[in-house]
Amino acid sequence: MNKDKQLLPTYERPQYWRSLEELRGPGLVTERDSAAALADAAGLDRRELVKYLGVSFAMAGLTACTRQPTEKIVPYVRQPEEIIPGKPLFFATAMSLSGYATGLLVESHMGRPTKAEGNPLHPASLGATDAFSQAALYDLYDPDRSQSITFLDEIRAWPAFLSAIRVALEKARTKKGDGLHILTETVGSPTLGAQLLALLRDLPGARWHQWEPNNRDRVWAGAAAAFGQPVETILRVDRADVILSLDADFLACGPGHLRSVREFSARRRPRDRQKFNRLYAVESTPSVTGACADHRLPLRAWDVEAFARSVAGLVGAGSAAQAPSDFAKAVAEDLKSHRGKSLVIAGDDQPAPVQALAHAINAALGNVGQTLITTDPVPVRTESQIDSLRQLVGDMDKGLVDTLIILGGNPTFTAPADVPFAHALEKVGLRIHLGTHQDETSAHCHWHVPEAHFLESWSDARAFDGTASIVQPLIAPLYRGKTPHEILAALSDQPERTSHEIVRDYWRDKLSGDFESAWRQALHDGVIAGTAFSPKALAVWKSAPPSNASAATPETAAGSLEIRFRPDPTIYDGRFANNGWLQELPKPISKLTWDNAVMLAPQTAKRLALTNEDVVKLEYRGRSIEAPVWIQPGHVEDAATLHFGYGRTRAGQLGTRIGSNANALRTADAPAGDRGLQITKTGRTYSLATTQQHDVMEGRALVRSATLEEFERQPKFAHEIVEEPESDLTMYSSFPRQEYAWAMAIDLNACTGCNACVVACQAENNIPFVGKDQVSRGRAMHWLRVDRYYSGSPDNPTTHHQPLPCMQCENAPCELVCPVGATVHSAEGLNDMVYNRCVGTRYCGNNCPYKVRHFNFYHYSTKFRAPSMRMLANPDVTVRWRGVMEKCTYCVQRINEAKITAEKQDRRVRDGEIVTACQQACPAEAIVFGDLADSESRVVRRKASPTNYSLLGELGTRPRTTYLAEVGNPNPALAAAESKRS
Amino acid sequence: MSDRRESRYVPVIQPGHTFASVTDKISSIVLSRRTPRFWVVGFGIGFALTLGMLYAIGVLFFRGIGVWGVNQPVGWGFAIVNFVWWIGIGHAGTLISAILLLLRQEWRTSINRFAEAMTLFAVAQAGLYPILHLGRPWLAYWLLPYPNTMALWPQWRSPLVWDVFAVSTYATVSLLFWYVGLIPDLATLRDRARKKTAQIIYGMLAMGWRGSAMHWHRYEMAYLLLAGIATPLVVSVHTVVSFDFTIGIIPGWHSTIFPPYFVAGAIYGGFAMVLTIAIPLRSLYHLEDFVTLRHLRNMAKILLATGLIVGYGYMIEIFMSWYSGSPYEKYMTWNRMTGPYWPAFWGLMLCNIVTPQFLWFRAIRSSPLGLWIIALIVNVGMWLERFVIVVTSLHRDFLPSSWGMYFPTKFDWMTYVGTIGFFVALFFLFIRFLPMISIFEMRTLVPEAELAPADAERKEQ
Repeated sequence: MNKDKQLLPTYERPQYWRSLEELRGPGLVTERDSAAALADAAGLDRRELVKYLGVSFAMAGLTACTRQPTEKIVPYVRQPEEIIPGKPLFFATAMSLSGYATGLLVESHMGRPTKAEGNPLHPASLGATDAFSQAALYDLYDPDRSQSITFLDEIRAWPAFLSAIRVALEKARTKKGDGLHILTETVGSPTLGAQLLALLRDLPGARWHQWEPNNRDRVWAGAAAAFGQPVETILRVDRADVILSLDADFLACGPGHLRSVREFSARRRPRDRQKFNRLYAVESTPSVTGACADHRLPLRAWDVEAFARSVAGLVGAGSAAQAPSDFAKAVAEDLKSHRGKSLVIAGDDQPAPVQALAHAINAALGNVGQTLITTDPVPVRTESQIDSLRQLVGDMDKGLVDTLIILGGNPTFTAPADVPFAHALEKVGLRIHLGTHQDETSAHCHWHVPEAHFLESWSDARAFDGTASIVQPLIAPLYRGKTPHEILAALSDQPERTSHEIVRDYWRDKLSGDFESAWRQALHDGVIAGTAFSPKALAVWKSAPPSNASAATPETAAGSLEIRFRPDPTIYDGRFANNGWLQELPKPISKLTWDNAVMLAPQTAKRLALTNEDVVKLEYRGRSIEAPVWIQPGHVEDAATLHFGYGRTRAGQLGTRIGSNANALRTADAPAGDRGLQITKTGRTYSLATTQQHDVMEGRALVRSATLEEFERQPKFAHEIVEEPESDLTMYSSFPRQEYAWAMAIDLNACTGCNACVVACQAENNIPFVGKDQVSRGRAMHWLRVDRYYSGSPDNPTTHHQPLPCMQCENAPCELVCPVGATVHSAEGLNDMVYNRCVGTRYCGNNCPYKVRHFNFYHYSTKFRAPSMRMLANPDVTVRWRGVMEKCTYCVQRINEAKITAEKQDRRVRDGEIVTACQQACPAEAIVFGDLADSESRVVRRKASPTNYSLLGELGTRPRTTYLAEVGNPNPALAAAESKRS
Repeated sequence: MSDRRESRYVPVIQPGHTFASVTDKISSIVLSRRTPRFWVVGFGIGFALTLGMLYAIGVLFFRGIGVWGVNQPVGWGFAIVNFVWWIGIGHAGTLISAILLLLRQEWRTSINRFAEAMTLFAVAQAGLYPILHLGRPWLAYWLLPYPNTMALWPQWRSPLVWDVFAVSTYATVSLLFWYVGLIPDLATLRDRARKKTAQIIYGMLAMGWRGSAMHWHRYEMAYLLLAGIATPLVVSVHTVVSFDFTIGIIPGWHSTIFPPYFVAGAIYGGFAMVLTIAIPLRSLYHLEDFVTLRHLRNMAKILLATGLIVGYGYMIEIFMSWYSGSPYEKYMTWNRMTGPYWPAFWGLMLCNIVTPQFLWFRAIRSSPLGLWIIALIVNVGMWLERFVIVVTSLHRDFLPSSWGMYFPTKFDWMTYVGTIGFFVALFFLFIRFLPMISIFEMRTLVPEAELAPADAERKEQ
């Protein structure tokens, strides 16, 4: 105790000193002295030592109250250029899907890619993205990606693979390549194409096959029929006054669809009457394009040819058909009065004669060269993929294939039911699969090589118009994945060559000027200037091809339906089956998640006594599968649609064994389906998860719409429907306006309902996906959802889309009721959510009239726990805990970043400097965000539109997000007939 | 007329009782009679259900609120339904004790003790729910205004904060009221107990009560004051609870009629629960002498009166949704009647409006079994009322795109049934260890008490 007392004052009381001498005390302090002091301290007796030890131990224990992550701090040995911690960098690259590229700018935080944006310089993007490219990052970090080279499921090293391939190659070389087959997906990469062609030159006996289920065989065949050679047809939607879509979903998929959307919606501004276009859609399955159409005619895919023929006859591109329908007559009249300014588009799924008919009509109307440009095809080869696959399977079956190298794709799953790919594959001596996942195909292969994701690899790709982009990696391959370039290099005995060298070497003599600077410019811009294909003037064959199939094929058995196979709107051909974001993304029209279903018209379902979720047996051409029923308003009668891509058996933790495999019914001769489907009820049911259970507006003025005539008569039609209280009609003083007042305006007339914004929001804001069970319990987390309403008859309803982010009400009902002040109003008008303060009463969610608040019922963010998934999270946005409410913030992290930048430069934030994630993704430019305090801002100009209205404004919430009402442009001739019908 | 005849012919205590017999009869249940078998069975069931509830709560805390059926449009489900239901039940006790005391309704004497206990236990159940239903229940104390380093207070505009105060005040005053009323009886038990432990425990609880004139004087004063404080609370608590809904913007919630009709509904439900408990209790413990037909009839009349008020409330609510002209209000009412939850609405109408009409008949008012069945039905009806208000308002509000359905999960049910079990278990403990009828107040009803008019006068001062 005595010693304690002596020690204590020394430690507790600060010592004051006036000079160094005084500090040192009498005499100089030497090392020896301090050593002596230490010795004194060490001279504590045993009891005291233990006492101190005990106290230190207990105090150390206190620090364990918060769990600190283990973080190794390793300084840079060499500081990388341009990396400032906390500041993201953007790199241009491109994503290819079925051979066509979309240019991207990918955000990189400290070397890890976190978000994809569109590249404004890229012709297929113009700054916008679709849902697939937004979700590409999820695929990169997918924990189920294959991570090592395997031989018969055993891990092997790259050299082992090389020696295996060398043996096979030697053998092939002795036979001049006979027996060596390479199967790829559609190849749009010029470098890869050149590599393949070089290999074929080297080994003339080797074969290159292409196959992917959503191929463009019919497009090339149709173009060949019309133009004499397969050509790319580029749509110039911006030049078209009248558009007829023949079962074409050109606003949602296909080459250049983002650009088409931009051009389409730019011509639907009601104040610009002269430029306002008109869209007719003829389709069997309700699509995004059909939902945008001014007139939509449900027609079985089979009957589209007859319709096209009658239109062709009426516009003078063939013999006049007997008794064309009123619709065809009206369309033809409209097309004829817009010669050179109209456009007829045939869907990729339509058979070659329809493609040719569309070209013939366009030619007859003088549209070719105006609204329709022909160029060289973008894919390196345009041979019929189904023939190519058939040939491969035939060779395999005959035992002619010694080595098969599958570069990407999943043919075992995607091959048509009557092409026994998996069976024939077993007869191949050496089977090599390059793929991002251990999938159905790798299960049948000897070797599996993990494929590098496009964000990990060097490559190149062409946009729909031929513009080439260099695909540059954002990150080194996470699992030492290989690119197809590297595999092909290995086949050419150059295994040491990297993709980077290969791609550079290809472009070395093709870039103009100094190569290094041109290369750097190409990487920077994301496009290689001047690589777009030049238009090809071709002799156009103006008359319709003779009718063939329709007359020849006998009518099928009575009571049979037509079946239609289409790629899934969110997981495409199944390649995104393990992508949680895309699985949970509601399908644009049906709002289904996590499943596909056989879609039937309401009348057909009624006739067959089926309701939603009934499991039915689909029998078609001697094969059968089971699938649940989804009644889809607007679907054509006596037909069914089943999206392919589901039913994967080896996709990963998320995508395996969900949905029904449409590939088990698809046949090679009619890949888009045909008549002859029999549906029988099994009596069982299967629950489907949808994010929207109620489809009609119940007479409420939610989406307000009018025709162009009505708009001209009464521009303020959107305000006549509901009386909105004056903004000063309140007892409280209004909120003081600060320097900025953030607001958003959403143009419902532009929105196509494509859902790209939903995934963009999810990627930007670390929104977890919750799984099918939670979706069906109504717990989907999307901060931004796209509501879909039908109006009119369920047989052919008008479809309305309404994106719904937080309304950021100035008079917010949610703020009032939070007991702990976890949701508060910011000075700039944002309705802020303080996650740390939230205790989770959910009162705010209840009291939100728009129901845009989302609650973490479980700890959903554990989805980010996998090591690779942690890299996916945007570091600028909090990852939320369970029990916490969350909602749209107008991307407050982007607002703050721009404000900091502006403050540093001592200026206001400029209009357009802040772009929310949804706005950035939107191809239609439907969403505009900005500052209300800036009278010149785009959002102020947009809100000045007479069609601008507040959703549920009559409640006095004064939302900052407002909508521009829909304005349609129906053909007066048809509108009269339709109103009579309804 | 009939009232007077009833009260004339049926006394509040059967003739023949003396001070001693009253004390004996009530205290023997606690002190000397064997614990009856039904007690063991009843308590056992209650306790088992309580354990089930604890399990459900354990799962809830471990996994999150997702184990319940709540979802995006319906953010409040069983938890809030049950909260309001239990709070409502907790109204009768204080009403009987405080308001009827102030109104000098001496028939309240034999039922006030267990009605108060019922109140207390019901409020305890109710108090569980607001904490359980939080997304992060461990932060529930953030709703309290306490000085903290974050310098943060609750958000005073939120009715949930008002709720915290209303319910905690009510629970505190109810507890005090009940305990103060118990003190003289605890002293009686202390004096009559044979076992040492019982003597010590009751002795401590009796807080040194000796029954001196000074004690009685202070006691009467305190009790009267507490009654005065408790009386406005009877009205305020459920008014504030109703604010949880009226302050909201949701059609079906945003309504000025809620405060009065919630209070009436609470009294209605509370009396139904008192009857539900009193009728079996009096026959099991042979207390027909103390809880007489007169009590049952009086309570039946209160049930009828409040039932009519509640029915009027429903009618006005329906009328106003039409009269408002608001399409959302109109749809809400129509949806309640014909939407997917129509059985709840029509069940509610049947239970709460049709059933009490039987109470117009004296024969039914005088039949303990009939009354008991009606009381049970009213209990169910009051639960349905809260279900209809909470769930059917939320599940279809303004935007049809966000409409959804609410289905309770097994954990919802386990928690709900568990609180009933917990309530039953607490009640069985109460009747086993404390006098369920006020001994000293019953003694004032015995003819002996009237022999000394001077005493009676003094008491009334």
